[in-house]
Amino acid sequence: MLEIQSLECVRDDRLLFSDLSFTLAESEVLQIEGANGCGKTSLLRILCGLRLPESGNIMWQGESIQSNREDYYANMVYIGHLPCIKADLTVLENVRALLDTRSLSLNNAVIEVELAKVGLESYEDVPGKALSSGQRRRILLAFVALSKASLWVLDEPLTALDVQGVELMESMIVAHKRAGGSVIFTTHHGMQLDCEMRSVQLGDYAHAELRE
Amino acid sequence: MLKAFYHLLIRDLRLAMRNRHELVNPLIFFVLVVSLFPLAVTPTAEALQAMAPGVIWVSALLAVLLSLDRLFKQDYEDGSLDQLMLSPNPLMMLVFAKVAAHWLLTGLPLVIIAPLLGLFMSLPGEAIAVLVYSLLLGTPVLSLIGAIGVSLTVAVNRGGVLLSLIVLPLYIPILIFGANAVDVAMDGLSVKGQLMFLAAVLALAVSLAPLATAVALRITASR
Amino acid sequence: MWNWIQRFSSPKYFYEMSAKLIPWFAISAFLVGMYGLYLGLFVAPPDYQQGESYRIIFVHVPAAWMSLFIYMVMAISAAIGLIWQIRLADMVAAASAPIGASFTFLALVTGSLWGKPMWGAYWVWDARLTSELILLFLYFGYMALQSAIDEQRSADKASGLLAIVGVVNIPIIHYSVEWWNTLHQGATVAKFDKPSMHIDMLIPLLLMAVAFQLFYAAVVLARTRNEALYRDRNRRWVRELIEKL
Repeated sequence: MLEIQSLECVRDDRLLFSDLSFTLAESEVLQIEGANGCGKTSLLRILCGLRLPESGNIMWQGESIQSNREDYYANMVYIGHLPCIKADLTVLENVRALLDTRSLSLNNAVIEVELAKVGLESYEDVPGKALSSGQRRRILLAFVALSKASLWVLDEPLTALDVQGVELMESMIVAHKRAGGSVIFTTHHGMQLDCEMRSVQLGDYAHAELRE
Repeated sequence: MLKAFYHLLIRDLRLAMRNRHELVNPLIFFVLVVSLFPLAVTPTAEALQAMAPGVIWVSALLAVLLSLDRLFKQDYEDGSLDQLMLSPNPLMMLVFAKVAAHWLLTGLPLVIIAPLLGLFMSLPGEAIAVLVYSLLLGTPVLSLIGAIGVSLTVAVNRGGVLLSLIVLPLYIPILIFGANAVDVAMDGLSVKGQLMFLAAVLALAVSLAPLATAVALRITASR
Repeated sequence: MWNWIQRFSSPKYFYEMSAKLIPWFAISAFLVGMYGLYLGLFVAPPDYQQGESYRIIFVHVPAAWMSLFIYMVMAISAAIGLIWQIRLADMVAAASAPIGASFTFLALVTGSLWGKPMWGAYWVWDARLTSELILLFLYFGYMALQSAIDEQRSADKASGLLAIVGVVNIPIIHYSVEWWNTLHQGATVAKFDKPSMHIDMLIPLLLMAVAFQLFYAAVVLARTRNEALYRDRNRRWVRELIEKL
C-alpha cells in the first residue's frame, strides 16, 4: 500500500536520517520511534507530502505520491501537534469544516454518533473556545474516525488526552486495523496496543558522517 | 470540488461574522486616514479634489494591506492550513475560496463606503461613480496579490512590515490606473481605457495568483 | 545528460572552476571598461543640446540595463532552483541580488546627478527613474524575504517564487509607469529618452555595457563562491578545504 524508498531528510543543514526504507501494507500498525529531534515529525510530514525529502520516493499503491496526490489524500488523514480547531465554531461545525475539505458531507446524526463515541455527547453546539485542550483533541479523534481514510498518520496523538482519551485512541487504532486500515504513529507516551505492531527506530538511520 | 470551495467560503465568512467587531477596523482605518488629509491642508474644494483620487486610493491600499493578515494567520497557527493542504481538492481552488471570502469581508465594504469619502474630498458625482467602479475592479486584485505575499510571510515572526515591502511595489500598477481613472473622470473624459486595464489585470490575477499562492503555501509548510 | 548537469552544478566543482574564471572576467572588465570610459569621456563629441553633461549616460544607461538583466538572471536561477532543486542555482540567485540592487542604485544616483544640469532638480518623477525605484523595492523585498526565513531551503524557494512573481510584474509596472508619465510629463522629459545616437556615442555605450557584464560575471562568481562555502560549511568538501589551509 505505502512504500518508502531510500528517504533522506535534512533540516537546518543537519542530516537527520538517510536511506530509510519500509513498506506498510493494509491492516498494519507501525510506530516510528526515536529520541527528541531525530526527525519523527519531519518524517511524518514527508509521508504526508507536506515536506519534500532530500532524496527518496514515497509510493502509494505503486505510484509516487506527487503524481497520485488526489487519490493519496482521499485515502489518508494526518493529525499533527496543532489542534486544528476553530475557537469560534461549534464542535459540530468544526467537524463539518474538517470533513468539507475532504468533500465529505455527512449528515448531522452520523457526526453526533461519533461525537458521542469520543465522549463529546451533547457538546455539538459548544464553541471551540469553551473546550479544554483535551476535548479539542477528542474532536480530532471523531474527525479521524469519520474521515473514511484507510491510512492514518498520527503525530503524537495522545497529546493532551486524559486516561480515558488514551484508551479511546488505543481502541480506535486497534479497531481500524481490524477493519483493514493502517496506522503510522509516533508517541512519547507508551501506547498499549492490543494488536500486532511493528516499529522503526529512526536512530538506526542517522549517520554521523558528513555529507559530500 | 465546487462544494469544497463553497463550504470553505462559508466557513471563513461564518468565522468572520462571529468576530464582527474585527471587521470594522479596516473600514474605520480607511475613513480615518482619508479624513486626515483635509485636516492637514487648507480644505478648499479645489485642493481636496486635486488630491482626492490619490488619497482615497492609497488609503484603500493601506487598509487592505492591514487586513491581509487574516487570510492565513489563524489557519497557520491552529494547524488548519495543514489540513487544507492535505485536501484531495486542488489547493488553488481552496485558496481562491479564502481570497474570495477576504474580498467580501474587506474589499467590498471599502467599495461601499467609498462614496462617503468621495464626499469628504469634494469629488463631483461622475468621479464618485468612477471611484466605485475602479475600486470594485481593483480591490479583488489587491486581495489576490496580497495573498501571495501573505503566504510567503505567514510563518515569519513580525512579518507585517516585510509583507508591506513585498506587496506594495506589486500594487503600484493598480494604484496608477485606479487613481488616474478618477482623476480623468473629473475632467469629464472617458475612463474606458483605465477600467479596461484594471479588468485585464483582474483577469490575470484571478488566473495566476491562486496558483502562485498555492505554491507559496506549500513552500511555507515545508519547514 | 542529467548526470552531466548534476556534476557541473555541484557546488564543489563550481568552487574549483570559478577560481580559474574570475581573474579573466575581472581583468577584461577592467580593460574594456577603461577603454569605454576613455572613448566616452574624451573622444565622443559633446551633445549639441546638453554639452558635456550628457556623458553620464555612459554609466547610467548600462547600469539601468544591468539592473534589469540581473533581475532576469536572478528570477531564472531561482526558477531553476525551485523546479529542478539545483542548489547552485539558488546560490547564484542569492548572490546576484545585492549586485543587481547596487546597479539599480547606481542607475538612480547617476540619473539624479544627470537631472541637476538637465532640469535643475536632483529628482524628477520621470518614467525610467520611477521604474528603477520600483525595481529597487523589488530587490529589497527579495533580499528581506531571504534573510527573514531561517531555513535556507525554504528561504531560497520563497524568495525564488517572489522573484518569479516580480518578473511577471515588471512589464506591467513598466508599462503602467510609462503611461502614467506620458500624462504628466513636461517638455524636458523627451530628451531623457533615446535620441538617435551618433555612432561615436553608441560605441562607448556598448563597450561600457560589455564591461559591466564582465564585471557582473566576476563579482557574481566571487559571491557565489562565498555562498557555496557558507551554505556547505558542514559538508565534507568544505571541511577538507579548511583542513588543507
